[in-house]
Amino acid sequence: MAELERVDVAPEPSGKSWDLGGMAQMSQSFVAGQVLAAMADEDPDIVVITADMKFSNLTVDFERVHPDRFVNVGIAEQHMVSMAAGMASVGLKPYIGAFAPFVGLLGGEQIRTDLAYPGLPVRILAHHAGIAIGFYGTSHHATEDLGLMRSIANMTVVCPCDATATEAALRQTADLPGPVYFRLGRGRDVDVYDALPEGTWRLGEAAVLREGTDLTIVANGITVSAALEAAAALVVDGVECSVIDAHTVRPFDRATIAEYAGRSGRLLVAEEHNVVGGVASACAEALVEHGQAGVKMERIGMPPDEYSLIGPPTHLYRHYGMDAAGIETKARELLAA
Amino acid sequence: MSGPAAVPAEQVQEVRDRAATVRRETIRLIEIAGNGHYSSVFSCAELMAALYSGVMRIAEDPEWPERDRLILSKGHVAIGLYPLLAERGYFPADWLDGYTRLGSPLGDHPDMRRIPGVDFSSGSLGHGLSIGVGMAKAARLRGYDETRIWVMLGDQELNEGQVWEAAGSASHFGLGNLVAIVDANQMGLDGMTEETMSVEPIGGRFEAFGWEVVEIDGHDPEAILAAAAALPPAAADKPRCIVARTVKGKGVSYMELSRTWHIGYLAPDDAAAALAEIDQRG
Repeated sequence: MAELERVDVAPEPSGKSWDLGGMAQMSQSFVAGQVLAAMADEDPDIVVITADMKFSNLTVDFERVHPDRFVNVGIAEQHMVSMAAGMASVGLKPYIGAFAPFVGLLGGEQIRTDLAYPGLPVRILAHHAGIAIGFYGTSHHATEDLGLMRSIANMTVVCPCDATATEAALRQTADLPGPVYFRLGRGRDVDVYDALPEGTWRLGEAAVLREGTDLTIVANGITVSAALEAAAALVVDGVECSVIDAHTVRPFDRATIAEYAGRSGRLLVAEEHNVVGGVASACAEALVEHGQAGVKMERIGMPPDEYSLIGPPTHLYRHYGMDAAGIETKARELLAA
Repeated sequence: MSGPAAVPAEQVQEVRDRAATVRRETIRLIEIAGNGHYSSVFSCAELMAALYSGVMRIAEDPEWPERDRLILSKGHVAIGLYPLLAERGYFPADWLDGYTRLGSPLGDHPDMRRIPGVDFSSGSLGHGLSIGVGMAKAARLRGYDETRIWVMLGDQELNEGQVWEAAGSASHFGLGNLVAIVDANQMGLDGMTEETMSVEPIGGRFEAFGWEVVEIDGHDPEAILAAAAALPPAAADKPRCIVARTVKGKGVSYMELSRTWHIGYLAPDDAAAALAEIDQRG
């Protein structure tokens, strides 16, 4: 008996280990909770709701400042969407945060019917979109959400690629009358916009981050910094690329995309989404609508009939060619074609 | 324990008259549309009539912020709501004459953006109680202390899992300003509710989710009004469910508990005969 009662207590973990609190420190680009807390100081109608994920999306940062305007519904994303709709109909402005597959796909019908159809100002913070959560697997990936959200009337869809863009997107959409889908990564995104002049990120306008006439690269989310890196590598060989962040997917800035693609004659679209239905599809529509169907186009994204392999996120990005090296390789192929 | 609150006889008669109007107008409007839901409306005619006969706290202005709100989670009974809203003057009565015609604000399911007095668009079953939880929570945040949120659900609708996500959160949030009315008309689209996919014990299920439950005869105006009068103040902390035992198709004998009259069309002669039966049964 005495032996059974003996318990070896593990010592406190070393500094190299981490828990949810440690993960929060790594999620430096998850600024929505802080930004909304500041916005809520000015706007008494803002409320934040999550579905047992306040540490994953750092909406806990909002709760700390405005506990009376923070709601946790537990693991019930569909209910969260409809509940937010009810709150919005009384005059509040709910921001609801959950993993993109669970709010964007599982809650998709509620988003269409309860938010978009009545045109209610509910904002969806759909984080860990794409394959950003890596080896947690397909149940936790969202590589179809842009396709769904892009076809919903009354919907605004934005993909801020970093902390600066996230703050700009939250502030610039604050007074929109209808719903907004914010497609966010996993919070560890390289900041692109903090080095650029303030105001570079403007809702509804594709951001031209680099000018070049040989090739147009359209990126979105995680691929924006990768595309800039690829363009910097290509210029060494005398190849001048335009790099455009198509952050606002709905409404889509067709004119800018068509203008740049038409001028370079070649368009490469890189996105963390199935190649069907997302930014590449939006670009193809833009080309056809603007009489630029002759542009040579290539797509980087999840292949149309594949679900992701298991692997760490960075390895998956490399495998599917969504990183700088993958974009550079595909760009060279397109230039040689 | 005191007995049920006394209900004024005039109010009881008002409910009877309005319920008859709901049934009559449903028959008239479906004649215009060419088809529609008769029997689902007939089961909750007295319930809807009571809500608009002094039970709901509403005003001349359908947008009054502190009004009570009604969500028809079983949105396919909107045809029964429209005459009640028109009677209150929320929109011109002649809108009813163009029911479902091209461009009409009035369709089979209610649209809050097109119809004054409709508090939320509905039609996709299972959403309404969540919407109601959101409204009740928002009313609390706004300090609308007397506002109640009423949600009308069907019994077969209780198969939808989202209903129970909402039910659990309503009690967790202490939303005593939320009232769910289950129009337990015993039937879904394919037949008897308990045969297709059982929901009983309805009251027991809601109780298990932390609600207070009262069961009434949903065709008895006095019982409906008494149940409403017996509600605790909106500031109470337990949501309440009224399980209204009803008969799908109530009022037109061959539609009652019929498996085939969920959707249908009455030709003019048959419509006249149905109206005569409704008038006779008062």
